[in-house]
Amino acid sequence: MPTYTLTVNGQAHTVEAEPDMPLLWVLRDLIGLTGTKYACGSAYCGACAVHVNGSAQRSCVAAISALDGADVTTIEGLSEDGTHPLQLAWNEVNVPQCGFCQAGQIMHAAAWMKDNPNPTAEEVDQNQSSNLCRCGTYQRIREAILLAAEKGA
Amino acid sequence: MYGLEIAGVIQPADGSTQEPLTVLNVSRRRFLKQTALGAGSVFVLGVFSGCRADNLAAWPDRAEPMGSLEDAGFRPNVFVGLNDAGDVFIVCSRSEMGQGIRSSVPAIIADEMGADWDRCHILQATGHPRFGNQNTDGSRSIRNHFDDWRRAGATAREMLLAAAAQQWETDTESCSMGVHEVTHADGRTLGFGELAVTAATLSAPNAPTFRPRSEWRYIGTDIDGRDNKAFVTGSATFGIDVQVEGMRHAAIMRSPVFGGKVASVDDTAARAVPGVLDVVRLNDHSMPPAFQALGGVAVIAENTWAAFKGRDALQVTWERSPHQDWSTEAQRAAMDAAVQAAGTPVRNEGDVEAAAGQQVVEATYHVAMLPHASMEPPTATAWVRPDGTCEVWAPSQAPQTARGSVAGALGVDPEAVTVHVTFLGGGFGRKSKPDYCIEAALLSKAVGAPVKVTWSREDDLRHDYYHPPSAQYMRAALGEDGKPLSWLHRSSFPPIGSTFANGVSGPGAGDLRSGVSNMPYVIPNVRVETSEAFAHQRIGWLRSVYNIHHGFSVNAFVAELAHAAGADARDYLLDLIGPDRELNDLFPRPPVLDTARLKGVIRRAADEAGWGRTLPEGHGMGIAGHFSFSSYVAHVVDASVEDGAIKVHRVDCAVDCGTAVNLDRIRSQMEGATVFGLTIALKDGIEAVDGRVTTGNFDTYRLLSLAETPDTHVHIMDSELPSGGVGEPGVPPLAPALAGAILQATGRPVRSLPIRLA
Repeated sequence: MPTYTLTVNGQAHTVEAEPDMPLLWVLRDLIGLTGTKYACGSAYCGACAVHVNGSAQRSCVAAISALDGADVTTIEGLSEDGTHPLQLAWNEVNVPQCGFCQAGQIMHAAAWMKDNPNPTAEEVDQNQSSNLCRCGTYQRIREAILLAAEKGA
Repeated sequence: MYGLEIAGVIQPADGSTQEPLTVLNVSRRRFLKQTALGAGSVFVLGVFSGCRADNLAAWPDRAEPMGSLEDAGFRPNVFVGLNDAGDVFIVCSRSEMGQGIRSSVPAIIADEMGADWDRCHILQATGHPRFGNQNTDGSRSIRNHFDDWRRAGATAREMLLAAAAQQWETDTESCSMGVHEVTHADGRTLGFGELAVTAATLSAPNAPTFRPRSEWRYIGTDIDGRDNKAFVTGSATFGIDVQVEGMRHAAIMRSPVFGGKVASVDDTAARAVPGVLDVVRLNDHSMPPAFQALGGVAVIAENTWAAFKGRDALQVTWERSPHQDWSTEAQRAAMDAAVQAAGTPVRNEGDVEAAAGQQVVEATYHVAMLPHASMEPPTATAWVRPDGTCEVWAPSQAPQTARGSVAGALGVDPEAVTVHVTFLGGGFGRKSKPDYCIEAALLSKAVGAPVKVTWSREDDLRHDYYHPPSAQYMRAALGEDGKPLSWLHRSSFPPIGSTFANGVSGPGAGDLRSGVSNMPYVIPNVRVETSEAFAHQRIGWLRSVYNIHHGFSVNAFVAELAHAAGADARDYLLDLIGPDRELNDLFPRPPVLDTARLKGVIRRAADEAGWGRTLPEGHGMGIAGHFSFSSYVAHVVDASVEDGAIKVHRVDCAVDCGTAVNLDRIRSQMEGATVFGLTIALKDGIEAVDGRVTTGNFDTYRLLSLAETPDTHVHIMDSELPSGGVGEPGVPPLAPALAGAILQATGRPVRSLPIRLA
């Protein structure tokens, strides 16, 4: 089985994996970082969003073979202690219900806000509509992103 | 002092360990009589000191930090504990799936106890009868257990006051409860930690007094989500996140047609997939399916990806199933035909046939078969050890049912099975059924190692316990004043009973109580009938259950009648509900519908929405109200139709759930129910042809997105009446309110969910 080297949240990892194994399962089953979630496996929902070399990617369809040497950030590494402005805003607005999709929501928003630090509500709606939430926390997700932007995400 | 509390993990900030002080009040039998928690539950106020850090550091111990007490020979039903450092431990015996119960329970106990919220730590109960009823469904946690938790807190408060009196050698009248401390009349104070050891020696009071509402500090406020930080940092352990040393991963190929049995298996290609360890054939399920594992062929692998790939590589042929020719289209046609003919009456007042009015309105309503589609699919991890004991880690709404079902499938005593409850990545009723827990246990037993079963999204959408598809025929004759003289309602759908008994051929009288046979309108001639319908899949309860299709048809029909009568939809609805009264004849058992409260939420939603105001061109406003799970909810929807596309602009939701415990979570449940209802109204139903569900993932079962989510305003009615449910009752009125808005905007009625405008 081939081996691949990744930097995940600042730490180097060498993993043995089939070339087609998605990054999602490398993270969850091989490295043991379970904050990144499986929910569809087909890039429809965004629960598996992580940052690869600084950009948001759906880890459930990102084969490890194309990621050798990549720099990956997961929700566990977004901030040291849960104090990224989006994490703080999520807490302040009480966004989570079941909480399952929220890591993906936050990772997706965090990458986007690097280039869009002052979005309008409409821009938030359009960008964040790629991430699904069955509990229906959308209204608060919008509110939290705008709050984080206001406080300087 | 305990520094960190995430998902039930409690670690002393200083890293020290404390031996537990295994002292419990011994007079607990008297206390048992006072509780309503049910037979078999011991409800002991456990006052103890210290939770050893080494017991709590790692999964699975962190799920059951009471283990140290049990090791010492105690099996108490501990709801409240206190250590000599002053930390309060509260056991949450309900499953957390987004409703915030792990925040609401401690708020109730802390208020009665006088505890400081920040000194309370939540521990999740494992599935065991000693915790009372743990079935977290039916929107029941607060409405059934509010007083139990108050009693736990009040007992602790009175014992702490007594302990203070004893330590000060005074009477309890000289002691009053502060915040996390008892104050003496002369100004001295004793903190909870200083009272723990003494309190532990005292008898629990027989009948503790509840505090007046004026002394509540947390109940009735916006309570912070205790687990928010765990969710936003990725540290919360959901069922799918469980990791057990030596664990293997399983994916199962189940019959694509319900009831299909394995005819042959060629697993050559599956076994050749790198990482695949084994292929295990599960026994076919029998009928009725109930909570059984569905059977099929499992691939055991080193990781989830290999299990999925191996499963996809299986070559399995299936015997012909009795449901091979089922299609959702044919099923709808069959139910359609059924409701056009007379059915079996379950309510009959006057003579609907003889009531001839000026105008007859008739309509047939349909709601599609619906999945739960929780973001976390069904998943469970089990470890059947060589000694026959079994541990299960699962996102379960019903851990006691899971325990009993797993024990039954393994042929062991339930006491040999421990079910650890993780966070649920959504439940909506799906995770009340423990079939996936049984799968994990059977596979663990087969391979002699811990096994995690993970359902793919396709597995979830194709093998659900579905909300039943339905057809309903309604007919009313309107008098000269536009009011209905008669009301005929026939309802056809395969009921949940078909999952648990063979030969069920349609809804029974009890299945029509969810708003049909007990619809609250004042109409002289009423006839309600059940019509035939057969199940071709497992049918189960989905958030608000039959209220989904009944709340829709009843409210949408009233809007059509108002439209036909040229009346204002709100006024017409209020007028139909009629005078203030409790409908004791239609609700033989509590909760009884109170028409004043139903009208109250309808008026409130209408007022908040600005009912009657001039709307922009192309907009319409609709209104609906429904009583379910002891609560009253009304929605007003402002929507427009442009170029065939429905846009929902604003939703006002008024809820009367009696005494409101956690305002923020009531609002969030109503916001979520609005999205859930809009998904039902605007997105997709389950589709099947040739016996197979063709819906497979979020491309064919689409969820509402953020951009489609309207501004939702939730209005909570002030009330001191007993608490009602919150998780489910927000769903039923949304779709009919939207239907009313579309009717007003376009003049065309909406009779099917999901809505498809021609």
